[in-house]
Amino acid sequence: MSEETTNAANVAEQDKGYWAANVRMILISLVIWAVVSFGFGIILRPALSGIRVGGTDLGFWFAQQGSILVFLALIFFYAWRMNKLDKQYGVDEE
Amino acid sequence: MDQFTLNLLFVGASFALYIGIAVWARAGSTSEFYAAGRGVHPVTNGMATAADWMSAASFISMAGLIAFTGYDNSSFLMGWTGGYVLLALLLAPYLRKFGKFTVSEFIGDRFYSKTARLVAVICLLVASITYVIGQMQGVGIAFGRFLEIDTTWGLLIGSCVVFAYAVFGGMKGVTYTQVAQYCVLITAYTIPAVFISLQLTGNPIPALGLFGSVESGEPLLAKLDAIVTDLGFAEYTAAHGSTINMVLFTLSLMIGTAGLPHVIMRFFTVPRVSDARWSAGWTLVFIALLYLTAPAVGAMARLNISELMWPNGTSGEAVSVEAIDNDPEYAWMETWQKTGLLDWEDKNGDGKIQYYNDANEDLQAKAAENGWEGNELTNFNRDILVLANPEIASLPGWVSGLVAAGGLAAALSTAAGLLLAISSAVSHDLLKGQLTPNMSEKSELIAARLKMEEAIVVEV
Repeated sequence: MSEETTNAANVAEQDKGYWAANVRMILISLVIWAVVSFGFGIILRPALSGIRVGGTDLGFWFAQQGSILVFLALIFFYAWRMNKLDKQYGVDEE
Repeated sequence: MDQFTLNLLFVGASFALYIGIAVWARAGSTSEFYAAGRGVHPVTNGMATAADWMSAASFISMAGLIAFTGYDNSSFLMGWTGGYVLLALLLAPYLRKFGKFTVSEFIGDRFYSKTARLVAVICLLVASITYVIGQMQGVGIAFGRFLEIDTTWGLLIGSCVVFAYAVFGGMKGVTYTQVAQYCVLITAYTIPAVFISLQLTGNPIPALGLFGSVESGEPLLAKLDAIVTDLGFAEYTAAHGSTINMVLFTLSLMIGTAGLPHVIMRFFTVPRVSDARWSAGWTLVFIALLYLTAPAVGAMARLNISELMWPNGTSGEAVSVEAIDNDPEYAWMETWQKTGLLDWEDKNGDGKIQYYNDANEDLQAKAAENGWEGNELTNFNRDILVLANPEIASLPGWVSGLVAAGGLAAALSTAAGLLLAISSAVSHDLLKGQLTPNMSEKSELIAARLKMEEAIVVEV
């Protein structure tokens, strides 16, 4: 085996690792995205009605404000993690 | 100064600012025209994208939609922002990575097909033109109301302004104008909300005031629930529709938002992929400033209106026709009656205007007892809520002028973004990509500008 083939194999391996990490990151983000909006804000609202927030319940807060705040944290977390991942696998554009 | 002069002053000053910026940031090359030379800072781009993304619907209509329905219309808040999350996670960074100017170009290259690119261009044109017509109609109506001119004239003035800066400035001009428009629209949205939140809850941050307490120590939302149910309307914070409907409605709003071509296009303007990701975050920060305030604006306006109509609830006396005619607190009702978007009628001739839900059985019984003959606030268009809000809360006249400028900024910034998407689709994808691939950069730039002029003419 020449050195070149091993390198190519390494690169392919690295690409796979990068992509797997990328997909995992997106999946985690989408689960959080769905849980706060569809979950806490709509479907799970009756289950959370015991927790009172300013004259109403937690589900109402998630539907009108909470989910937006979580979305915000989510996008920044994703940007930070993905940019770190890009550096780690050497695919950033610096 | 009267209200008309104030409106004219605020709207005129904001327009002068936009045109000034457009002249300063003229585009010289195609890269500047389509993608602002790819040199826009993520925070700047975030602000511009937020203005691009928030249309007249977010600024003018959304709070009204929430005010008159309550919890059930939370779908708009979660749907529009949640869709933006999809766009930021699944689309924007990858498109930026691909290094093209337009969405259709990406589709054509990705699927190795000119036909695919053509189909994408057509979809984009249909969606964008429909959307831009809606925005320009909003501009026409807002102009008509605030400058007391015909809607058609309002439409023409608005088109000329957009034309001036979108055609000459390209993406570069539009980006910097949108930054200015964002500042105008967020100030215009926040200032009245802060005043009203202070009046009602003593909290200067409307988003916190919504979950705060009124003077008596009662939570604002609990008081609102009590007042609207007293008038026979559905409880504000409770769910009334089916869960599955709300889930599907929210989901469809999310998917629709994720595909907006003029928003995706904005991510081509930043220098690197990592910037596209940060930029997406900043955009949502700027969007959230308005979206966290909107539910507070809705709930507080609903409370104010209900209390104005029934100062002591239905057990007390309703507002009298005489008060509406003479009391300055009710002057907004006459102003808006002229537009045909608000109306009342003293059906039982008792000199009072009873506003209640006449479809509610309990209230029907109460009405029979007291001699009411149906709801007398016969028309209240939800879209006037945000625009009339400063007057409803008896705020000074300059606040209304500012809100007028803000509503126009929201509509114009979206319209300019859409026009840019339309013109690049035609000149870059259709002409250069399909018909004359050898077109020079300069003639492409001219074609892009010509196309934009055409789009404006069509839409007028």
